[in-house]
Amino acid sequence: MANLIATPPFGDTLPVTVGATTITERPIERAASVAPFAGRAKAVSAALKQAIGLGLTGPGEWAAKGEASVIWFGRDTWLVIGAEVPESLQADAAVTDQSDAWACLRIDGPQAEAALARLVPLDLRAAAFGTGRTARSLIGHMSASITRAGGQGYDLMVMRSMARTLAHEVAEALQSVAARGA
Amino acid sequence: MRLTCPLCGERDRREFYYGGDAMALERPAPDAGDVAWNDYVHLRDNPAGATRDLWYHDGGCGTWLVVERDTLTHAIAKVTPASEVAR
Ligand SMILES: [Zn+2]
Repeated sequence: MANLIATPPFGDTLPVTVGATTITERPIERAASVAPFAGRAKAVSAALKQAIGLGLTGPGEWAAKGEASVIWFGRDTWLVIGAEVPESLQADAAVTDQSDAWACLRIDGPQAEAALARLVPLDLRAAAFGTGRTARSLIGHMSASITRAGGQGYDLMVMRSMARTLAHEVAEALQSVAARGA
Repeated sequence: MRLTCPLCGERDRREFYYGGDAMALERPAPDAGDVAWNDYVHLRDNPAGATRDLWYHDGGCGTWLVVERDTLTHAIAKVTPASEVAR
């Protein structure tokens, strides 16, 4: 198959740098949602662990190994990024390709937390939302996945059609926070 | 108002969508008759006190919840996944 030139979901809206805080695109080359059928979560977790080295995580948790990550993505649903989900899993779970369905950006730096406090109705401070945590919540009016990326960073995901709105809202919040500090 | 989602924890009201009286889970049998079906489809109590409503965590994990709450005090007594109630 021809290797086509990818069009990034955020267009030219990213990257954005304000002081020491940056907003950058996190390209998703491969992603799939995995929703185990009733009573099959344990079997799916074991099969996934054998295939990619990661099982299903608990609610509000995510895990990574090498290029692969598994993110809790809502009720009985997980998102597997950066690894191929084995076809055999389809006997026990609804597996749906999400590769171009979601867009992801990372906001990282000393003002990331303060910028997100303007947009997200959650306590995202390290004490409440530290390493390994993820959440489904709202960013402004958008349904989103919010993940602690380590250190001061957060990975934010929305449906791809809202990518530029996400970049715009996060950049604006960051600029407002920075302006108050100046 | 804040609701404690069994999966997500305590969340702001803006993340939830109101789904009406939880009696919607008590669907009558197809042959239950006109009176039972009329009651199920159209008639709702409007209590000053304890209510039992459906809420959907649409700005979160996507779980339908049964919320027991008091309309006089706004106290929330219990939040249960609807899947556990409607089994
Ligand atoms: Zn929830």
